[in-house]
Amino acid sequence: MIVFAEVGYYEPWWIQLLKALVIFAIVFQLVPVVLLAERKLLGRFQHRYGPNRVGPYGALQPMADIGKLLFKQQFRPEGSIGWMFALAPAISLFTAVAALALVPFSDTVDILGTQVGLYGIDPSIGVLYAFALGGIAFYGPVLGGWASGGKYAFLGSMRAAAQLISYEIAQGLALVGVVMMAGTLSLTEIVHYQEDNLWMIVPQFVGFVIFLVAGFAETNRPPFDLPEADAELVQGYITEYGGGRFAAFFAAEYLEIIVVSAFTTTLFLGGWNIPFVDPPTWVDPIVVIVKTLALVFLFIWVRATLPRLRYDQLMALGWKVFLPVATLNALVTAILVVAL
Amino acid sequence: MPYDPGPDVVEVVRAPKGGAVRGTYRAFGETLRGMKTVMGRWVEGTHTYQYPEEKTPVYPRFRGRHKLHRFEDSGLEKCVGCSLCAAACPADCIRVVAAENTPENRVSAGERYAAVYEINLSRCIFCGYCEVACPFDAITMGHDYEMSDYNRSDLIFTKEMLLAEPLERTPLRSMGE
Repeated sequence: MIVFAEVGYYEPWWIQLLKALVIFAIVFQLVPVVLLAERKLLGRFQHRYGPNRVGPYGALQPMADIGKLLFKQQFRPEGSIGWMFALAPAISLFTAVAALALVPFSDTVDILGTQVGLYGIDPSIGVLYAFALGGIAFYGPVLGGWASGGKYAFLGSMRAAAQLISYEIAQGLALVGVVMMAGTLSLTEIVHYQEDNLWMIVPQFVGFVIFLVAGFAETNRPPFDLPEADAELVQGYITEYGGGRFAAFFAAEYLEIIVVSAFTTTLFLGGWNIPFVDPPTWVDPIVVIVKTLALVFLFIWVRATLPRLRYDQLMALGWKVFLPVATLNALVTAILVVAL
Repeated sequence: MPYDPGPDVVEVVRAPKGGAVRGTYRAFGETLRGMKTVMGRWVEGTHTYQYPEEKTPVYPRFRGRHKLHRFEDSGLEKCVGCSLCAAACPADCIRVVAAENTPENRVSAGERYAAVYEINLSRCIFCGYCEVACPFDAITMGHDYEMSDYNRSDLIFTKEMLLAEPLERTPLRSMGE
């Protein structure tokens, strides 16, 4: 049997199945919460209330939206490529969910006499795995826009491809510093490193900023929402999508926000650690989720603040600023790691 | 000798010179400033009316739905069916058919009265010329602005509807508000 990667710890198969379901169920519940939070917060940031009609304080608004989308007709343009058109949202959703498996909510804990790791999987190449999924995630917009057979959708998908290249490199290089300092690619090991040392955000602040900004670009969030750019490209790659497939793209986008926030938490904000306090183990997942939601709040805050960048500005930022800075950051970290 | 424009000329504030690194540094600072502004909007609170429950108050001179009036003491209609409002109406939405008052059937204070008085509110532009044209102050513009309906024919208001004491559904804006 070919071994693709070593795994830090693994349980009997039935526990793995069970915890996969539990993690998916819990984090997927956060999607409507984030959806509602975004609309409410955007409202507050613009002197209005946001949705407050459906249910108490508008709490059922995402449910109403999803219900509406799922009951809509599945429409497909005449010039589209059928199977690819249907596949694209599935790719987006799949990669977002698959990346979720890597997020460590806690170390291995003792549940009813069985050692269970509170994460989907802990491969020794965790960071690489996450990046691979991040790269595949862009096939969703790219193929979706291409298969739609429309000009706007095609422009959107081309932009998605160019944006991916501009940002993925800088994002990867930003993480090299973290990986070198922790000396491992496993996400749980990186959190363990931050247990004993400073959180990565302090020594790797440059890396943190680049990773976060690249995260905005990776999730197609404003100010980098160029692939969908509703003002110029009438929603770009999702122009021709509607109903359930649009809902899949939409859910994937929000799930990706949560996943990127969770990765940032894991890599830079000490995962389940709280400084100076040693809480019991059952608090750990809550700590991770709270930190993640705080970062999601930052995502929404930035969206409410910044206008969309022009296309050449995005390219200039990616290639001329973030790539050199990230390289320099990695270089300096390498020298310091060797010297100290 | 070069021309001296004197103190009238003010210095033009130009955009700072570019450059990727300096531009990024500046953009980062400005981003933080912008985020502070946005957070300030939240702290400031909302400025909206929750419409169906909370209605926008109107000014006293607001021109809303028309009202026809009666004399308070005798209860007779003020309208004498002169059709001056219909003549003044630029949208041609008022229809008046006059009839003679008789001693047995006295409706208005004058010689004639409006047997039919209809305003087609789907045509009305709420200019208030009818109010100005009326010699007896029989028609005035009210404060009601909630007139939507499901049928065009339902928007043709008859004399009985215009004479009826309207429900005051819209709040009046108080002084200085």
